[in-house]
This record gives sequence, C-alpha cells and structure tokens, in this order.
Amino acid sequence: MEKYTGKSALRGIAIGRIYVIREDRFEPSAETVSDREAEVTRFENARLNAMQQLDLLAQEARNKVGEEEAMIFDVHKMMMEDLDFIEGVTMKIRDDGHNAEYAVDATGKELSAIFAAMEDEYMNARSADILDIAGRIVRVLAGLSDGALHSDEPVIVLADDLTPAQTIQMDKSKLLAFVTRKGSANSHTAILARSLNIPSLVNVEIDVDHRYDGHMAVVDGTDGSVIIDPDEDVLAAKSGAKKRLDEAMEQLRTLIGQDNVTKDGRRINLYANMGNVEDVEKVLQNDAGGIGLFRSEFLYLGREDFPTEDEQFEAYKEVVSRMGGKKVIIRTLDIGADKKADYFKLDPEENPALGYRAIRICLTREEIFRTQLRAIYRASAFGTVSIMFPMIISVDEIRKIKGIVEDVKRELFNENIRFGDVELGIMIETPAAALVSDALAKEVAFFSIGTNDLTQYTLAIDRQNQKLEPFYDAHHPAVLKLIEMTIRNGHAAGIWVGICGELAADDTLTETFIDMGLDELSVSPTYILRLRDKIRSIGQ
Amino acid sequence: MKTITYTITDALGLHARPAGILVKNAGGYASKITIKNQENGKEADAKRIIGVMALGVKCGNTIELTVDGSDEDQAAAELQAFLKENL
Repeated sequence: MEKYTGKSALRGIAIGRIYVIREDRFEPSAETVSDREAEVTRFENARLNAMQQLDLLAQEARNKVGEEEAMIFDVHKMMMEDLDFIEGVTMKIRDDGHNAEYAVDATGKELSAIFAAMEDEYMNARSADILDIAGRIVRVLAGLSDGALHSDEPVIVLADDLTPAQTIQMDKSKLLAFVTRKGSANSHTAILARSLNIPSLVNVEIDVDHRYDGHMAVVDGTDGSVIIDPDEDVLAAKSGAKKRLDEAMEQLRTLIGQDNVTKDGRRINLYANMGNVEDVEKVLQNDAGGIGLFRSEFLYLGREDFPTEDEQFEAYKEVVSRMGGKKVIIRTLDIGADKKADYFKLDPEENPALGYRAIRICLTREEIFRTQLRAIYRASAFGTVSIMFPMIISVDEIRKIKGIVEDVKRELFNENIRFGDVELGIMIETPAAALVSDALAKEVAFFSIGTNDLTQYTLAIDRQNQKLEPFYDAHHPAVLKLIEMTIRNGHAAGIWVGICGELAADDTLTETFIDMGLDELSVSPTYILRLRDKIRSIGQ
Repeated sequence: MKTITYTITDALGLHARPAGILVKNAGGYASKITIKNQENGKEADAKRIIGVMALGVKCGNTIELTVDGSDEDQAAAELQAFLKENL
C-alpha cells in the first residue's frame, strides 16, 4: 500500500485501476542492420501506422473542436508523406545501413534544424512539428506509448500533466479520476475534471511510472489522497465513504426544478460558467437558470489564426439555441496575461497581468472586436443573449465600447441581418472598477464581479505563483468590502449584480452574499445543486 | 511552361495550414510545379510540404510558381485562384 497526497479539485471518491499516461521520449542510438530492405519495410509500416493515428486524431478534433484544429493533424500527416522526409530516412537506411529508429530521429532533427534557423517566430515553431512527427514514428517503431488513453474499462489516469491535445482525444466515459504530478487547481486538467465531475488531484509527489499500470487505487477528493494497492480494510472504508457521497449526490439531484430560495423567502439566480460548446450539456443537466459566464477564449486558443465571424456565430448560436430562451451572458475575448495565442503577436511583457489584455486589445485592434460583436449579435436572434466586457477600469472605455456596438448594429441592420435585444454589462474585476462602480452603473445593465482577478489585483498576489499561497486569503476583508460596495452602487442605479469568480462557489460565503443583496451567482455547473441546497438551508 | 507570380497578403505568410492545402492541390496535377520565393531565391517542389514551408514565405514576399506539364493551363489558373482566395 502506498499513499500520496495532493491538492484536490473536486470532492468525490474514485476506485479503479491506474492507467499511466506519459509521452515516452528516448534518443535512439545508431545501430547497423544487416537486412536493409527489411528495415525500410519496418519504417514504412511504422509510418503508415503513425498516419492512421493522425487520422484518428484529426477525426476526433473535427468532431469535438473544429475544422481548424483538425487541420493541424492533417498537416502533420502530410509531413509524413513528404518525399524529402521519406527519402531522408530511406537513404540513411539503404546507404548507411542505419536502424529505422535512428534514421527517422536523425532526419527529423536535420529537417527541423532548417526551421529552427529561420528568423520567423512562426516558422521556428514548425521545427517542433517535424520533431513531433518523427517522435510519433519512432514511438511506433520502438513500441512506446503515444500518450493517449487506450483502455476498455474506466480508469484512474496518472500523468505528469495533461495537455489540451491529450485530453481532447480522451474518451470521457473511460475516466474515473486524474492524478497529476504537476498542475494547479486552475490547470487545464483540474478544469476538465470539474466539468466532468470526477475527482482530480494535482501536485502529487508521485513517480509517474508504468510500474503502476493496472494497479488498484483509491482517489479521495475529500482529503486529497491517493492510495495505491489498498488493503481490504482501506478498500472497505473508502467504498463505504464513496457510497455515502454518491447517495448525497443522488439527494442533490432531487433539487432539480426547485427554486433557489432561502427559508425566509430571499431569492437568488444560480447561473453556470462555461468555456466550450460541449459544456452546455452539463449546464442543462445541473438545472442552471442560465449561463452567467460564457468564456469565448476557446474560439481563439489552440489554433493558428483568428476564428472567422461565421465560426464564432455557429458556436454561439448552438449554445444560445440549446439554452432555449434562458439567458446566455457571453464575455468578449479575455486574452493576454496567462492566456496567449501566437497569431495575436503580442509582445512579451514584464508584467502581463497588468498589461495588454482583454478589452485593451479589443479597443486597440477593433477589427478583432467587431468580428466577435457581429457574431454575438447574429446569435442573439436565436435566444436571450447578454454581453459582458472584461477588465474595465473607466467610464470612457464603456462609452467607446457602446460606440462600436452601435456601429455594428447599424451595419447588421443595413445588411438585413436579424438580431435580438442584447443587455450590455461589465466585469468588475479591477479595484478601479469597484471603486468607481457608482459611475459605471449608470452606463450598463448589469455588473458581474470577477473575484479571481479582483482578489489578485487587490491583494497584489499572483495567483499562478504557488509560493504565495500562504499569503493568499480568499476571504480578505478588502475584497469583501469592494464586493459590497459594487452591489450597493449597482442597486442604487437600478441594475443587477452577480459574481462569476471562484468565490461564487464558496458556500461559506453564500449567506454573506445573500445578506449583501447579491442577485446572481455564476458557478461551474457541478456546483449548482450544492449551492441550491445551501441556499435553501439559509434563514429561519 | 506557365509562370505565375503572387504577392502574399496574409499576415502570417505562407503558414502551415494554407501551405498544406497548396501542397495538396498541387499534388492533384500531373505537371511538375516549382515554387520560388523571390525574396531569398529559394526554390522547392510545390508537392513537398516541408520544402514549401522551408521557403520561409512571409507577408509581402512574392512567390513564383512554374508549372510544366500536360495540364499546365488548368493547374496555373486554379492555383492562381487559390492563392488569391487564401493568401
């Protein structure tokens, strides 16, 4: 029995077998083969096998993410069909008698060096593509894992960390839990785990080694532990705990269709946060009253070029239609700081969190902003849409935004394109915005308080820096005062105020927020019913 | 033999995605198609993606396609249209 602990992203217990995911890397050594033609055939077979893997990846990306992402895998496949590449490899086998692993690795390195030497940053990145395809073929030749999940039964995934490219291709029905050595509570893996409602531990001091493959383990999200090869007593205790948790979960499901109302009759809206079209399923399953934060970054990240107006429109339209008239609040592009995409060509910054990001990009590169606004307005014809703007600090910014919005509406009207009534609101996530919320309230229809950034800016604590965690106080009175002030100023101007940051899901604060008169809480879908339960227990 | 020239207006230059489509299209013709970046004089077989990408074609660069073969008229016309549309 071995026990490790880490940070837990979600309560819940999973019991099952471990599946280790690692992209094995190794440096093939130069060997001499006797049958050169047989070695060429080995290479050919491995190449075809690797191309089949890419076909599958492209297909999955096409189904789940979109054409643009799928094209990356298509391009990789074309590189594997490239004659310069194939001839480079076969020459090293035929002329020099090298083994296929070495020939592929060496050819990949030669070709990638050409790109690495180019001055263009974009082309430099292509050198990684070539190493990637060579690596994939070498792994097939050497019989090593490709870092994908191939399992018939649901498993506990153990990995260093998982990239979006890896999680995209995972069959979600085969996942019981994640245990990762790296990552934070906000890492990609943790966010995915929350949306799938499965336990996930990050920052676990464990050796990510294939020796754990197939071993039984218990992942307990309530105390952040993972126990490998549990003895019978532990297994029995954890199974009992799991049963009780599952029953409590069942109990929560009975709250579907119930009001979010305290015993003394105070109501609050419970909306959901989401960041991907497929999340809408979870939003509906958990009975959210609407979408309080639809992050639009998924349309921009992990791709090579800007999404077109039509692409964006289709994504928004699908979500808006499926919500069937319930409110969908779309937040405009919040890129910059920790969320970057190469094609934006953002300069490196000393201080990215205080830098060129979100609305600051939209207001200086208007074409990006206008494309998004047009797409959102077009989608508004299919349901109830609101827009909120991130990182606001002044009234002047809102006036500029409204000017652009009016322009966009006029354009659409002149083109005979239908659109609905769209409520405009802003995120309150800078201390500046909270402090001038009285003036801002006169300009917009609602406020949504983004507590993650508001806390980071108020406390001057970088939330990505793990060293600062001891200094971080999520309930710092300064933050709570800013929230209270924002609610008061919003209500004085007759507009509604919500919270969409992580604090919204903190049930030790729910009563405080209701006492402050908050109108809406927007949380990850899996928290909706738990919060509803909490709200219904408040009061006499 | 046919020659067409085109100046790239896409901000990212001849990046991976359109390069991939260009190579795929070029592969559909019987003619031999050579692509040259007039900026640095480098040449590549337009049916080989790594070579095409290695030309380092940036926004503002002019490329020259030389098409030689039985279907050169059709290939040149269609490739010209593709470039205009995508790059």
